[in-house]
Amino acid sequence: MNKRWLELSVGAMMVAGIAALVALALQVSGGSMRNVSHYPVSALFENAAGLGPKAKVTMAGVTIGEVVAVGIDPDTLMAEVRMQIDGQINYLSIDSSASILTAGLLGEKYVGITVGAEDDLLGAGDVIEDTQSALILEELIGQFLINLGDK
Amino acid sequence: MLNFVVSCIANLGAVFLHTLVQMGQALLMLLQAIMVQPKASSLARLIQQLYVVGVQSLIIILVSALFIGMVLGLQGFTLLSAYGSEQAVGQMVALTLVRELAPVVAALLFAGRAGSALTAEIGLMKATEQLASLEMFGIDPLHRIVAPRFWAGIISLPLLVAIFSLVGIYGGHLVAVEWLGVYSGSYWGNMQQAVDFNEDVLNGMLKALVFAFLISWIALYQGYSCLPTSQGISAATTRTVVYSSLAILGFDFILTALMFGGAV
Repeated sequence: MNKRWLELSVGAMMVAGIAALVALALQVSGGSMRNVSHYPVSALFENAAGLGPKAKVTMAGVTIGEVVAVGIDPDTLMAEVRMQIDGQINYLSIDSSASILTAGLLGEKYVGITVGAEDDLLGAGDVIEDTQSALILEELIGQFLINLGDK
Repeated sequence: MLNFVVSCIANLGAVFLHTLVQMGQALLMLLQAIMVQPKASSLARLIQQLYVVGVQSLIIILVSALFIGMVLGLQGFTLLSAYGSEQAVGQMVALTLVRELAPVVAALLFAGRAGSALTAEIGLMKATEQLASLEMFGIDPLHRIVAPRFWAGIISLPLLVAIFSLVGIYGGHLVAVEWLGVYSGSYWGNMQQAVDFNEDVLNGMLKALVFAFLISWIALYQGYSCLPTSQGISAATTRTVVYSSLAILGFDFILTALMFGGAV
């Protein structure tokens, strides 16, 4: 075995392996490695059914952040959804509203944010007060049946 | 009756002690082999072993990765198209490969392809008293023979796993996009949304590192401690493949439970 060829093939394997790792980072996990700055925002919902960590936060259909945690707020006994918003999106007004939406009929839940009209901006740690809860299919069907019975 | 029970307990104790002694010997062998100042000439031996252990395993890794990716694409497409969501096939293929199949299948192949060869090579060196003659020259066979093979295994397997994942994902692309007509944008787009570099890719690499350690350690210890006869070498080679495979699958469950088990 030629020594040069040996070193060459080992080098080529290492380059291929590292290139594969880089390709996995860029092509497959698609820039989720980009660590841009985030700021935390939370919102209180009456019902956050189906929402979990890593769910998308969108504005006008564009993803601007993700849900970090969902828990119960001990004072109001409502669901407290904590989110991280992309640091570049720093122009959400303080009276923005948040609603829990569903992608498709049975798809995943996500948070949609609609910007309000105030001049004051939403900053780190602020709470979104105007919220609309998750649409629960069972309650909807139940209400539909009750309405049907009234007629 | 009492005698039978007593001898059963005694046998159990003997087996336990024997296993404990073996594990202790294996640990000592490993520590002696790797706790050493590397010399300039050890690099050449490492490269030689990287070629034998890594480069020569490339072909089997590439071919299996391609076919496993293609099968995943085909199975995923058939399964998901029943729910009208065949766009998610990219995400399914990528997550299956990166988290689970690439580390486990590459490690099993690596144990069969490289681990068994390491055991047989060292076993034969022992049977033909090459290890003993090295000691007579004042060269420690643990440093000269075992250490470069161990490090070659540790370096090669993670690289092979990265290559396996990528080739498998392109295999899935070949079937799902080129053949079955899933839109290429949704194949990659769904994948990029679902796969997280730290959580999925790096955890897969961590698995690969653990498996590389297990395989190299088991293969080298089995070779180093085998009976220096032809039956001894053959039994040691078999044990390497069996123990490595069981260790890989067992540790895979534990690692998966630790990495992904708690996620809701």
